[in-house]
Amino acid sequence: MAVLLAIGTRKGLWLARSDDRRSWQLGGPHLQMQEVPSCAIDTRGGRTRLLVGTKSWHWGPGVLHSDDLGRTWSEPEAGAVKFPEDTDAAVKAIWQLKPDTADRPGVVWAGSEPSALWRSADGGETFSLVRGLWEHPHRPTWEPGFGGQAIHTVLPHPADDARVLVAMSTGGVYVTEDGGTSWHPSNTGIKAYFLPDPWPEYGQCVHKVARDPVEPERLFAQNHHGVYRSDDGGKSWTSIADGLPSDFGFPVVVHPAAPNTAWVVPLVADGHRFPPDNALQVWRTADGGESWTSTSDGLPESYFAAVMRDAFTSDDVAETPGLYVGGRDGSVYASPDGGDSWGEVARHLPDVLCVRAASLP
Amino acid sequence: MKVTVRLPGALRELAGGAQVLEVEVAGPATIRTLLDTLGAGWPAIERRIRDETGVLRRHVNVFVGETNVRDLGGQDASLADGDEVHVIPAVSGG
Repeated sequence: MAVLLAIGTRKGLWLARSDDRRSWQLGGPHLQMQEVPSCAIDTRGGRTRLLVGTKSWHWGPGVLHSDDLGRTWSEPEAGAVKFPEDTDAAVKAIWQLKPDTADRPGVVWAGSEPSALWRSADGGETFSLVRGLWEHPHRPTWEPGFGGQAIHTVLPHPADDARVLVAMSTGGVYVTEDGGTSWHPSNTGIKAYFLPDPWPEYGQCVHKVARDPVEPERLFAQNHHGVYRSDDGGKSWTSIADGLPSDFGFPVVVHPAAPNTAWVVPLVADGHRFPPDNALQVWRTADGGESWTSTSDGLPESYFAAVMRDAFTSDDVAETPGLYVGGRDGSVYASPDGGDSWGEVARHLPDVLCVRAASLP
Repeated sequence: MKVTVRLPGALRELAGGAQVLEVEVAGPATIRTLLDTLGAGWPAIERRIRDETGVLRRHVNVFVGETNVRDLGGQDASLADGDEVHVIPAVSGG
């Protein structure tokens, strides 16, 4: 079984390949000198399509795809993602690319800065703005986080294509139950300690949300301080931070096939953005957040880099999922056994912004 | 009227490798109408120079002769037959 690992950095994309997820062949850079804040490996239908969101500080953003493992890249002449003229808005960057489920072939979602959701029906070649969210009356009051105002999480519901969840920092979680026409905030129980009212309807700084693969109403959220679980599709959230060394961090990742299993990468605090004990740590729960265990054997014990919200991922190997974590120091580590052991994939790359992995069909 | 557009290395691939485009623009022409014309014939190049709202990208400099169009009224800068327009990425980044 060959696994492909896509590594998006500030200066291009690297692709690593492994048959055992311990030794890796690293190739790149592809799309040299372009920032790659988002990427996806779409293996639906027995073919492999790479999707990348690019950002050039000179020439603007783009979404490119490759059907030959990065040898060639394509993008429509007129661009894949652009705001309709009446919006008077321009895409700054694509923060998220999310292929939908296998029974919705061709559907790919994108989240952009400024905060907007996009839907593709042609495998990510062209995207249409989801007007319902763009025209939401709350939108003018969403505030940019330090990195910008963007939709960074898109989670279609696997059993109901009318339901989609998005998240942004800051703004929080929003859901639609009618295919994107109407949206409502879905943040009950998530604390916004940085606001005068710490329990607002929206405005939370949600860093990442992941959906349980077996029970799709179950969600895990890493917040700007706070780790939460929802058992009702996001209607309400409960803290599951007890047992972690810190409730601060950016990514959260779920098991590709087993329920109640998630991983986070804690940082000490908002004002102290290093991992606990200055050692890169990945923590796992296998019981929905009731308890947590460090699964960091082989990760560096002196680590002061940052792990971005999309620079941590699992692959799709159901029995023993691989985990992949990249840092802004250009290092990437992989675990072939759900975090029990880790090894180095790469070092000295440009800042790692996103990683995605999948077994090749 | 005809205007010569000189492309930077990063955009030449989008013009089939050409360093220079000879663009026929209806007069009286401005940078805006030149870029509109580019957008019709070479959309992949135009959208690298302007975003979808029509604004010149911040780190792209467009010169008429030796003068940056930001000093000539922006996209309203007028063009004459035979003008040479340079598209040059700003010196920036790390």
